[in-house]
Amino acid sequence: MLTIVLAVIARDLKLALRRRADIAAVLFFFVIVASLFPLGIGPEPNLLRKLAPGVLWVGALLASMLSLPRLFADDHKDGTLEQLALTPHPFGLVVLGKVIAHWLASGLPLALLAPVLGLQYDLSTEALAMLTATLLLGTPALSGIGAIGAALTLGVRGGGVLLSLLVLPLYIPVLIFGAGAVDATLSGLGADGHLSLLAALTCAALGFAPWAAAAALKIALE
Amino acid sequence: MLEVRDLACVRGERHLFAGVGFCLRAGELLHVQGENGAGKTSLLRMLIGLLPPEAGSIRWNGQPPTSEAFRTELCYLGHANAIKEELTPLENLLASARMADERLSEGEAIEALEQVGLAGREDLACKYLSQGQKRRVALARLVGERRPLWVLDEPFVALDTGAVAWLAGLIGGHLQRGGCAVFTTHQAVDIPAGQVCELRLGT
Repeated sequence: MLTIVLAVIARDLKLALRRRADIAAVLFFFVIVASLFPLGIGPEPNLLRKLAPGVLWVGALLASMLSLPRLFADDHKDGTLEQLALTPHPFGLVVLGKVIAHWLASGLPLALLAPVLGLQYDLSTEALAMLTATLLLGTPALSGIGAIGAALTLGVRGGGVLLSLLVLPLYIPVLIFGAGAVDATLSGLGADGHLSLLAALTCAALGFAPWAAAAALKIALE
Repeated sequence: MLEVRDLACVRGERHLFAGVGFCLRAGELLHVQGENGAGKTSLLRMLIGLLPPEAGSIRWNGQPPTSEAFRTELCYLGHANAIKEELTPLENLLASARMADERLSEGEAIEALEQVGLAGREDLACKYLSQGQKRRVALARLVGERRPLWVLDEPFVALDTGAVAWLAGLIGGHLQRGGCAVFTTHQAVDIPAGQVCELRLGT
Protein backbone atom coordinates (compact mmCIF):
# COMPACT_ATOMS: atom_id res chain seq x y z
CA MET A 1 0.00 0.00 0.00
CA LEU A 2 2.65 2.46 1.08
CA THR A 3 5.07 1.43 -1.65
CA ILE A 4 2.93 2.90 -4.44
CA VAL A 5 2.58 6.23 -2.58
CA LEU A 6 6.35 6.39 -2.04
CA ALA A 7 7.09 5.36 -5.63
CA VAL A 8 4.85 8.13 -7.00
CA ILE A 9 6.33 10.73 -4.63
CA ALA A 10 9.88 9.71 -5.58
CA ARG A 11 9.18 9.95 -9.29
CA ASP A 12 7.31 13.26 -9.07
CA LEU A 13 10.01 14.86 -6.92
CA LYS A 14 12.68 13.73 -9.36
CA LEU A 15 10.66 15.32 -12.18
CA ALA A 16 10.20 18.50 -10.15
CA LEU A 17 13.96 18.72 -9.61
CA ARG A 18 14.53 18.34 -13.36
CA ARG A 19 12.09 21.21 -13.95
CA ARG A 20 13.41 23.61 -11.36
CA ALA A 21 12.11 26.59 -13.34
CA ASP A 22 8.56 25.61 -12.35
CA ILE A 23 9.35 25.72 -8.63
CA ALA A 24 11.27 28.98 -9.09
CA ALA A 25 8.28 30.54 -10.90
CA VAL A 26 5.98 29.67 -7.99
CA LEU A 27 8.35 31.10 -5.40
CA PHE A 28 9.11 34.20 -7.46
CA PHE A 29 5.39 34.87 -7.89
CA PHE A 30 4.99 34.75 -4.10
CA VAL A 31 7.96 37.09 -3.57
CA ILE A 32 6.63 39.63 -6.09
CA VAL A 33 3.04 39.63 -4.81
CA ALA A 34 4.14 39.90 -1.18
CA SER A 35 6.55 42.73 -2.03
CA LEU A 36 4.13 44.78 -4.14
CA PHE A 37 1.82 45.50 -1.21
CA PRO A 38 4.34 47.27 1.05
CA LEU A 39 5.52 49.25 -1.99
CA GLY A 40 1.97 50.26 -2.92
CA ILE A 41 0.72 51.03 0.58
CA GLY A 42 3.77 52.91 1.81
CA PRO A 43 5.87 52.67 4.97
CA GLU A 44 3.21 52.66 7.64
CA PRO A 45 4.15 49.89 10.12
CA ASN A 46 0.79 49.64 11.87
CA LEU A 47 -1.21 49.33 8.69
CA LEU A 48 1.28 46.84 7.21
CA ARG A 49 1.19 44.68 10.35
CA LYS A 50 -2.59 44.65 10.14
CA LEU A 51 -2.54 43.61 6.47
CA ALA A 52 0.31 41.11 6.69
CA PRO A 53 -1.50 37.84 7.58
CA GLY A 54 -4.15 38.18 4.90
CA VAL A 55 -1.85 39.42 2.17
CA LEU A 56 0.82 36.79 2.80
CA TRP A 57 -1.73 33.98 2.99
CA VAL A 58 -3.50 35.06 -0.20
CA GLY A 59 -0.13 35.34 -1.95
CA ALA A 60 0.91 31.85 -0.87
CA LEU A 61 -2.50 30.45 -1.82
CA LEU A 62 -2.40 31.90 -5.32
CA ALA A 63 1.22 30.81 -5.78
CA SER A 64 0.47 27.21 -4.81
CA MET A 65 -2.37 27.24 -7.34
CA LEU A 66 -0.03 28.18 -10.20
CA SER A 67 1.35 24.67 -10.62
CA LEU A 68 -2.02 22.91 -10.23
CA PRO A 69 -3.05 22.76 -13.91
CA ARG A 70 0.00 20.62 -14.66
CA LEU A 71 -0.56 18.25 -11.74
CA PHE A 72 -2.24 15.61 -13.92
CA ALA A 73 -2.03 17.20 -17.39
CA ASP A 74 1.55 16.08 -18.13
CA ASP A 75 0.89 12.51 -17.02
CA HIS A 76 -2.32 12.48 -19.05
CA LYS A 77 -0.57 13.68 -22.19
CA ASP A 78 2.29 11.17 -22.18
CA GLY A 79 0.15 8.19 -21.19
CA THR A 80 1.66 7.73 -17.72
CA LEU A 81 -1.69 8.40 -16.07
CA GLU A 82 -3.20 5.37 -17.85
CA GLN A 83 -0.39 3.19 -16.55
CA LEU A 84 -0.89 4.56 -13.03
CA ALA A 85 -4.61 3.83 -13.26
CA LEU A 86 -3.80 0.22 -14.20
CA THR A 87 -1.63 -0.61 -11.18
CA PRO A 88 -3.22 -3.18 -8.88
CA HIS A 89 -3.36 -0.57 -6.09
CA PRO A 90 -6.31 1.70 -5.33
CA PHE A 91 -6.05 4.72 -7.62
CA GLY A 92 -6.68 7.05 -4.68
CA LEU A 93 -3.28 6.14 -3.24
CA VAL A 94 -1.59 7.14 -6.49
CA VAL A 95 -3.36 10.51 -6.32
CA LEU A 96 -2.36 10.87 -2.66
CA GLY A 97 1.26 10.38 -3.70
CA LYS A 98 0.90 13.07 -6.34
CA VAL A 99 -0.73 15.45 -3.84
CA ILE A 100 2.10 14.94 -1.33
CA ALA A 101 4.70 15.48 -4.06
CA HIS A 102 2.89 18.67 -5.13
CA TRP A 103 3.00 19.92 -1.56
CA LEU A 104 6.70 19.11 -1.17
CA ALA A 105 7.46 21.04 -4.36
CA SER A 106 5.18 24.04 -3.73
CA GLY A 107 3.61 24.32 -0.26
CA LEU A 108 6.73 23.48 1.70
CA PRO A 109 9.11 25.95 -0.01
CA LEU A 110 6.39 28.65 0.16
CA ALA A 111 6.01 28.15 3.91
CA LEU A 112 9.77 28.32 4.40
CA LEU A 113 9.99 31.50 2.33
CA ALA A 114 7.10 33.24 4.11
CA PRO A 115 8.98 34.45 7.24
CA VAL A 116 11.55 36.23 5.07
CA LEU A 117 8.78 38.05 3.21
CA GLY A 118 7.00 38.74 6.51
CA LEU A 119 9.93 40.94 7.57
CA GLN A 120 8.74 43.56 5.07
CA TYR A 121 5.56 43.89 7.12
CA ASP A 122 7.37 44.49 10.43
CA LEU A 123 5.97 41.32 11.98
CA SER A 124 7.26 40.16 15.39
CA THR A 125 9.24 36.93 15.69
CA GLU A 126 6.23 35.27 17.27
CA ALA A 127 3.96 36.25 14.42
CA LEU A 128 6.52 35.12 11.85
CA ALA A 129 6.78 31.72 13.52
CA MET A 130 2.99 31.45 13.58
CA LEU A 131 2.79 32.42 9.90
CA THR A 132 5.23 29.65 8.99
CA ALA A 133 3.40 27.14 11.18
CA THR A 134 -0.02 27.95 9.68
CA LEU A 135 1.35 27.69 6.15
CA LEU A 136 3.01 24.37 6.94
CA LEU A 137 -0.24 23.12 8.39
CA GLY A 138 -2.61 24.63 5.81
CA THR A 139 -0.89 24.21 2.44
CA PRO A 140 -1.37 20.41 2.32
CA ALA A 141 -5.11 21.09 2.36
CA LEU A 142 -4.63 23.47 -0.59
CA SER A 143 -2.80 20.76 -2.56
CA GLY A 144 -5.51 18.22 -1.72
CA ILE A 145 -8.47 20.42 -2.65
CA GLY A 146 -6.59 21.64 -5.71
CA ALA A 147 -6.14 18.06 -6.91
CA ILE A 148 -9.92 17.68 -7.18
CA GLY A 149 -10.12 20.80 -9.32
CA ALA A 150 -7.17 19.69 -11.45
CA ALA A 151 -8.77 16.28 -12.00
CA LEU A 152 -12.16 17.76 -12.91
CA THR A 153 -10.68 20.19 -15.44
CA LEU A 154 -8.31 17.65 -17.00
CA GLY A 155 -8.45 17.87 -20.77
CA VAL A 156 -10.81 20.86 -20.74
CA ARG A 157 -9.83 23.72 -23.03
CA GLY A 158 -8.95 26.79 -20.96
CA GLY A 159 -9.01 24.56 -17.91
CA GLY A 160 -6.70 26.87 -15.97
CA VAL A 161 -9.32 29.59 -15.51
CA LEU A 162 -12.04 27.07 -14.74
CA LEU A 163 -9.71 25.46 -12.21
CA SER A 164 -9.33 28.72 -10.27
CA LEU A 165 -13.08 29.30 -10.33
CA LEU A 166 -13.65 25.82 -8.92
CA VAL A 167 -10.90 25.74 -6.37
CA LEU A 168 -10.67 29.29 -4.96
CA PRO A 169 -14.08 29.21 -3.18
CA LEU A 170 -13.07 25.93 -1.55
CA TYR A 171 -9.86 27.53 -0.30
CA ILE A 172 -11.80 30.09 1.75
CA PRO A 173 -12.00 28.14 5.05
CA VAL A 174 -8.28 27.37 4.94
CA LEU A 175 -7.53 31.05 4.31
CA ILE A 176 -9.81 32.24 7.13
CA PHE A 177 -8.29 30.00 9.77
CA GLY A 178 -4.73 30.35 8.51
CA ALA A 179 -4.73 34.12 8.42
CA GLY A 180 -6.90 34.20 11.54
CA ALA A 181 -4.28 32.32 13.56
CA VAL A 182 -1.60 34.88 12.67
CA ASP A 183 -4.03 37.71 13.43
CA ALA A 184 -4.83 36.21 16.81
CA THR A 185 -1.12 35.97 17.65
CA LEU A 186 -0.59 39.62 16.62
CA SER A 187 -3.38 40.81 18.89
CA GLY A 188 -2.15 38.68 21.78
CA LEU A 189 -4.96 36.12 21.76
CA GLY A 190 -4.16 32.43 21.59
CA ALA A 191 -4.20 30.79 18.18
CA ASP A 192 -4.95 27.28 19.42
CA GLY A 193 -8.52 27.17 18.16
CA HIS A 194 -7.53 28.34 14.68
CA LEU A 195 -4.68 25.84 14.52
CA SER A 196 -6.91 22.93 15.52
CA LEU A 197 -9.44 23.80 12.86
CA LEU A 198 -6.68 24.21 10.27
CA ALA A 199 -5.28 20.79 11.17
CA ALA A 200 -8.78 19.31 10.90
CA LEU A 201 -9.22 20.85 7.43
CA THR A 202 -5.90 19.40 6.30
CA CYS A 203 -6.74 15.93 7.65
CA ALA A 204 -10.13 16.01 5.95
CA ALA A 205 -8.67 17.25 2.67
CA LEU A 206 -5.92 14.63 2.58
CA GLY A 207 -8.35 11.90 3.56
CA PHE A 208 -11.14 12.64 1.09
CA ALA A 209 -9.68 14.67 -1.75
CA PRO A 210 -7.49 11.92 -3.31
CA TRP A 211 -10.50 9.61 -3.68
CA ALA A 212 -12.69 12.33 -5.17
CA ALA A 213 -9.89 13.30 -7.55
CA ALA A 214 -9.33 9.63 -8.46
CA ALA A 215 -13.02 9.25 -9.36
CA ALA A 216 -12.84 12.34 -11.57
CA LEU A 217 -9.65 11.10 -13.25
CA LYS A 218 -11.23 7.76 -14.09
CA ILE A 219 -13.99 9.59 -15.95
CA ALA A 220 -11.40 11.75 -17.73
CA LEU A 221 -9.55 8.61 -18.86
CA GLU A 222 -12.56 7.00 -20.53
CA MET B 1 -8.16 -17.35 -20.51
CA LEU B 2 -9.72 -14.18 -21.85
CA GLU B 3 -13.43 -14.47 -22.57
CA VAL B 4 -15.32 -11.69 -24.30
CA ARG B 5 -19.04 -11.85 -25.05
CA ASP B 6 -21.36 -9.59 -27.04
CA LEU B 7 -19.26 -6.51 -26.58
CA ALA B 8 -20.68 -3.22 -27.89
CA CYS B 9 -19.06 0.17 -28.10
CA VAL B 10 -20.59 3.62 -28.46
CA ARG B 11 -18.35 6.69 -28.71
CA GLY B 12 -20.21 9.97 -28.69
CA GLU B 13 -23.34 9.23 -30.72
CA ARG B 14 -21.67 6.69 -33.00
CA HIS B 15 -22.06 2.94 -32.67
CA LEU B 16 -18.58 1.58 -33.40
CA PHE B 17 -19.23 -2.13 -33.05
CA ALA B 18 -21.64 -4.57 -31.42
CA GLY B 19 -21.74 -8.28 -30.76
CA VAL B 20 -17.97 -8.75 -30.62
CA GLY B 21 -16.99 -11.96 -28.87
CA PHE B 22 -13.96 -14.21 -28.68
CA CYS B 23 -12.13 -16.56 -26.38
CA LEU B 24 -8.37 -16.44 -26.07
CA ARG B 25 -6.51 -19.36 -24.48
CA ALA B 26 -2.93 -19.67 -23.27
CA GLY B 27 -0.44 -19.35 -26.11
CA GLU B 28 -2.88 -17.57 -28.41
CA LEU B 29 -2.55 -14.16 -29.96
CA LEU B 30 -5.39 -11.94 -31.14
CA HIS B 31 -4.59 -9.57 -33.96
CA VAL B 32 -7.27 -6.86 -34.04
CA GLN B 33 -7.65 -5.30 -37.47
CA GLY B 34 -9.81 -2.56 -38.89
CA GLU B 35 -9.74 0.81 -40.60
CA ASN B 36 -8.92 4.01 -38.76
CA GLY B 37 -11.82 4.78 -36.46
CA ALA B 38 -13.16 1.22 -36.48
CA GLY B 39 -12.78 1.08 -32.70
CA LYS B 40 -9.58 -0.91 -32.25
CA THR B 41 -8.19 1.28 -29.49
CA SER B 42 -11.63 1.47 -27.83
CA LEU B 43 -11.80 -2.33 -27.83
CA LEU B 44 -8.38 -2.58 -26.18
CA ARG B 45 -9.31 0.05 -23.60
CA MET B 46 -12.43 -1.96 -22.78
CA LEU B 47 -10.35 -5.12 -22.38
CA ILE B 48 -8.12 -3.46 -19.80
CA GLY B 49 -11.01 -1.85 -17.93
CA LEU B 50 -10.35 1.82 -18.69
CA LEU B 51 -13.53 2.13 -20.77
CA PRO B 52 -16.74 0.56 -19.49
CA PRO B 53 -18.44 -1.43 -22.29
CA GLU B 54 -21.85 -0.33 -23.53
CA ALA B 55 -23.00 -3.95 -23.41
CA GLY B 56 -21.46 -7.38 -23.01
CA SER B 57 -18.97 -8.88 -20.62
CA ILE B 58 -15.22 -9.37 -20.35
CA ARG B 59 -13.71 -12.01 -18.08
CA TRP B 60 -10.10 -12.96 -17.48
CA ASN B 61 -10.07 -16.33 -15.67
CA GLY B 62 -13.52 -15.42 -14.40
CA GLN B 63 -12.47 -12.00 -13.10
CA PRO B 64 -13.71 -8.65 -14.47
CA PRO B 65 -11.03 -6.27 -15.81
CA THR B 66 -11.46 -3.82 -12.95
CA SER B 67 -10.44 -6.42 -10.36
CA GLU B 68 -7.09 -6.40 -8.59
CA ALA B 69 -6.38 -9.99 -9.70
CA PHE B 70 -6.71 -8.91 -13.34
CA ARG B 71 -4.46 -5.90 -12.96
CA THR B 72 -1.60 -7.90 -11.44
CA GLU B 73 -1.63 -10.09 -14.56
CA LEU B 74 -1.96 -7.38 -17.19
CA CYS B 75 0.74 -5.57 -19.10
CA TYR B 76 -0.60 -2.73 -21.25
CA LEU B 77 1.28 -0.66 -23.77
CA GLY B 78 -0.77 2.21 -25.11
CA HIS B 79 -0.58 4.56 -28.07
CA ALA B 80 1.39 6.99 -25.92
CA ASN B 81 4.75 5.77 -24.73
CA ALA B 82 4.15 6.51 -21.03
CA ILE B 83 7.70 7.72 -20.60
CA LYS B 84 8.81 10.97 -19.02
CA GLU B 85 10.82 13.25 -21.31
CA GLU B 86 12.88 14.67 -18.45
CA LEU B 87 13.99 11.29 -17.12
CA THR B 88 16.60 9.03 -18.68
CA PRO B 89 15.56 5.67 -20.21
CA LEU B 90 17.01 3.89 -17.19
CA GLU B 91 15.12 6.05 -14.71
CA ASN B 92 11.93 5.66 -16.72
CA LEU B 93 12.21 1.90 -16.71
CA LEU B 94 12.99 1.68 -13.00
CA ALA B 95 10.23 4.13 -12.06
CA SER B 96 7.56 2.32 -14.08
CA ALA B 97 8.62 -1.06 -12.66
CA ARG B 98 8.49 0.35 -9.15
CA MET B 99 5.04 1.80 -9.65
CA ALA B 100 3.79 -1.45 -11.18
CA ASP B 101 5.10 -3.28 -8.10
CA GLU B 102 7.71 -5.28 -9.99
CA ARG B 103 11.19 -6.05 -8.82
CA LEU B 104 13.65 -4.82 -11.39
CA SER B 105 17.31 -4.35 -10.54
CA GLU B 106 19.42 -1.71 -12.25
CA GLY B 107 21.44 -4.44 -13.97
CA GLU B 108 18.31 -6.04 -15.41
CA ALA B 109 17.06 -2.66 -16.60
CA ILE B 110 20.35 -1.88 -18.35
CA GLU B 111 20.27 -5.30 -19.97
CA ALA B 112 16.72 -4.69 -21.21
CA LEU B 113 17.78 -1.35 -22.70
CA GLU B 114 20.72 -3.03 -24.41
CA GLN B 115 18.34 -5.55 -25.92
CA VAL B 116 16.17 -2.84 -27.45
CA GLY B 117 19.28 -1.24 -28.93
CA LEU B 118 19.72 1.66 -26.54
CA ALA B 119 23.13 0.66 -25.18
CA GLY B 120 25.10 3.74 -24.23
CA ARG B 121 22.00 5.94 -24.12
CA GLU B 122 20.78 4.88 -20.67
CA ASP B 123 21.80 8.21 -19.16
CA LEU B 124 20.51 10.56 -21.83
CA ALA B 125 17.25 12.37 -21.05
CA CYS B 126 14.45 10.95 -23.22
CA LYS B 127 13.67 14.32 -24.79
CA TYR B 128 16.89 13.99 -26.81
CA LEU B 129 15.85 10.62 -28.26
CA SER B 130 14.13 10.10 -31.61
CA GLN B 131 10.53 8.92 -31.91
CA GLY B 132 11.60 5.34 -32.62
CA GLN B 133 14.05 5.34 -29.74
CA LYS B 134 11.33 6.56 -27.37
CA ARG B 135 9.13 3.71 -28.56
CA ARG B 136 12.02 1.35 -27.80
CA VAL B 137 12.25 2.70 -24.25
CA ALA B 138 8.56 1.93 -23.82
CA LEU B 139 9.05 -1.55 -25.32
CA ALA B 140 11.98 -2.29 -22.99
CA ARG B 141 9.31 -2.84 -20.30
CA LEU B 142 8.27 -6.00 -22.13
CA VAL B 143 11.71 -7.63 -22.07
CA GLY B 144 11.54 -9.22 -18.63
CA GLU B 145 7.76 -9.10 -18.44
CA ARG B 146 6.24 -12.34 -17.12
CA ARG B 147 2.64 -11.22 -16.69
CA PRO B 148 0.40 -13.57 -18.68
CA LEU B 149 -1.74 -11.03 -20.59
CA TRP B 150 -0.19 -8.46 -22.90
CA VAL B 151 -2.38 -5.81 -24.50
CA LEU B 152 -0.41 -3.79 -27.04
CA ASP B 153 -1.83 -0.86 -29.00
CA GLU B 154 0.11 -0.37 -32.24
CA PRO B 155 3.39 -1.65 -30.81
CA PHE B 156 5.19 -1.56 -34.17
CA VAL B 157 4.66 2.13 -34.91
CA ALA B 158 7.87 4.13 -35.52
CA LEU B 159 10.10 1.02 -35.35
CA ASP B 160 12.62 0.07 -38.04
CA THR B 161 12.52 -3.40 -39.67
CA GLY B 162 15.15 -4.87 -37.32
CA ALA B 163 13.20 -3.77 -34.27
CA VAL B 164 9.92 -5.06 -35.73
CA ALA B 165 11.45 -8.52 -36.12
CA TRP B 166 12.90 -8.36 -32.60
CA LEU B 167 9.51 -7.40 -31.10
CA ALA B 168 7.73 -10.14 -33.09
CA GLY B 169 10.23 -12.60 -31.59
CA LEU B 170 9.60 -11.24 -28.11
CA ILE B 171 5.83 -11.66 -28.49
CA GLY B 172 6.42 -15.16 -29.89
CA GLY B 173 8.49 -16.05 -26.82
CA HIS B 174 5.73 -14.78 -24.57
CA LEU B 175 3.17 -16.98 -26.35
CA GLN B 176 5.48 -19.97 -26.12
CA ARG B 177 5.67 -19.55 -22.35
CA GLY B 178 1.88 -19.86 -22.29
CA GLY B 179 0.99 -16.18 -22.29
CA CYS B 180 -1.84 -14.42 -24.10
CA ALA B 181 -1.54 -11.30 -26.20
CA VAL B 182 -3.86 -8.90 -27.96
CA PHE B 183 -2.50 -6.30 -30.34
CA THR B 184 -3.47 -3.96 -33.11
CA THR B 185 -1.31 -3.12 -36.08
CA HIS B 186 -1.65 -2.09 -39.71
CA GLN B 187 1.66 -3.71 -40.64
CA ALA B 188 2.01 -7.28 -41.85
CA VAL B 189 3.99 -8.92 -39.07
CA ASP B 190 5.07 -12.53 -38.75
CA ILE B 191 4.87 -13.79 -35.20
CA PRO B 192 7.23 -16.78 -35.11
CA ALA B 193 5.37 -18.88 -32.53
CA GLY B 194 1.94 -19.39 -31.06
CA GLN B 195 -1.54 -19.47 -32.54
CA VAL B 196 -2.57 -16.25 -34.28
CA CYS B 197 -6.27 -15.39 -34.44
CA GLU B 198 -7.64 -12.41 -36.30
CA LEU B 199 -10.52 -10.12 -35.50
CA ARG B 200 -11.67 -7.61 -38.09
CA LEU B 201 -13.73 -4.66 -36.88
CA GLY B 202 -15.98 -2.54 -39.01
CA THR B 203 -17.00 -5.02 -41.72
